[in-house]
Amino acid sequence: MDETQGIEIAGVSYAYGAKPALAGVSMALRPGRFTALLGPNGAGKTTLVSLLSALFVPQDGRISIFGRDLAKDPLSALSVMGIVFQQQTLDLDLSVRQNMAYFAALHGLAGRRAGQRIEACLARLGLAARQKEKVRALNGGHRRRLEIARSLLHEPRFLLLDEPTVGLDVPARADLVAHVHALCRDEGLTVLWATHLVDEVEANDDLAVLHEGTIRAQGAVSDVLVASGARDVLGAFQNLTTPAPVEAVS
Amino acid sequence: MTRPAGIYLTCLTGVLWREALRFVHQRERFVAALVRPLIWLLIFAAGFRSILGVSIQPPYATYVTYETYIVPGLIAMIQLFNGMQSSLSMVYDREMGSMRILLTAPLPRWYLLASKLMAGTVVSLLQVYAFLVVAELTLIDLPLIGYLAVLPVLLLTGLMLGALGMLLSSTIRQLENFAGIMNFVIFPMFFLSSALYPLWRMQESSDLIYRICIANPFTYAVESLRFALYLEAEPLSLGIVAGALVVFFGLAVWGYDPKKGLVHRRGKG
Repeated sequence: MDETQGIEIAGVSYAYGAKPALAGVSMALRPGRFTALLGPNGAGKTTLVSLLSALFVPQDGRISIFGRDLAKDPLSALSVMGIVFQQQTLDLDLSVRQNMAYFAALHGLAGRRAGQRIEACLARLGLAARQKEKVRALNGGHRRRLEIARSLLHEPRFLLLDEPTVGLDVPARADLVAHVHALCRDEGLTVLWATHLVDEVEANDDLAVLHEGTIRAQGAVSDVLVASGARDVLGAFQNLTTPAPVEAVS
Repeated sequence: MTRPAGIYLTCLTGVLWREALRFVHQRERFVAALVRPLIWLLIFAAGFRSILGVSIQPPYATYVTYETYIVPGLIAMIQLFNGMQSSLSMVYDREMGSMRILLTAPLPRWYLLASKLMAGTVVSLLQVYAFLVVAELTLIDLPLIGYLAVLPVLLLTGLMLGALGMLLSSTIRQLENFAGIMNFVIFPMFFLSSALYPLWRMQESSDLIYRICIANPFTYAVESLRFALYLEAEPLSLGIVAGALVVFFGLAVWGYDPKKGLVHRRGKG
């Protein structure tokens, strides 16, 4: 696995029946960087996440995870990916630790090694004291943190998150954004963070703007601002996703 | 990529453990699984005992009571309901998203689905033996060794009925459609089989219904169990149950294939 290659998405298309969701999407994620995938609702972000997590297979184009072709070797690619889906995927009636242990087993971790990883990941996300509690007792922000802790159990190099702050209040959202940025910075994780909220993008991030199934701009945030002629991320988002006014014909 | 064998075993253990924990937390499901066949056994069978005589037929060496006759059918009913319950929970998991956690584990999809199937079957075994304990304490008199002899057959029939549930879960669009399963799968499979009456009796009433019964894989699950309880193997029934398992599971794996299956066509994960 070549970690200098990062994540490459080349000419990927996908349609639900006759309705296209993604049309020739190409983008590259630099290794060890936080990339925000910004797009309005219905832009195709969740479809792209489903393709990256091998739940769907592209009808056209290819995806490469650190040099491994996702279509040819999905198991190798999945073993280095941590995924947090938009929908919550926890067993509410099991404890925090039981949820972690189930996921560990799915990734082949058992015994002492699994125990050590569970302790470390829960501590990293500030949940060590709550491991015996049922997930139902956690608030929305802590449940999301638990999902992130769980996604780190098998020491992935690529963290994929699909609108992880949906339904959270402002402090919980800011807390989660800060946590994942810290993970990227401290542990060198490559992160793809899909969102429709511009305030989750930091000045040093990479940014890709997805609209109506196509990438409208991508690069470092400063490059995207220049390309879109905007002063801030909100302006860039509006410029790139608002349809151009139709000129009146006299 | 080849993955170490230990990972497969760890994954299977994890899926079994989770299913067992979930089952323990769903006491109502366990009670329902126990009460349903007991109502049939203690009330329905008691009422029909004098109306429906069961003459001597293999594997019975003597005349048996109607309650004894319907025990294998009720065991299969427990497994049929459990298979459909698992199907319901897979549709729920898919709508709620937790199925994605299983399907994005770095192991072949057929193996992940097989682990899920095995876990559901183990839960059905717990339900069946709880029922058999109550049945033994009340009305039924089976050879004790039969309870052990039936175990491998229970595993096979449980896998077959679970695979049917899994196949259905890949075809059901929404949770709300599950009521249709009750009407169009569970009831016809149960009533159009040898669970409640010997097929020769059915043939006397209607040749068409008899033919439907002998085309129903549930009939063969019931007969496999009936013979196993009396320490006999019925090769035809066992073969058909095994064949149905392969077909149902193969179609379920196809249904969950992101390239070809029905889940893909609907754009569901």
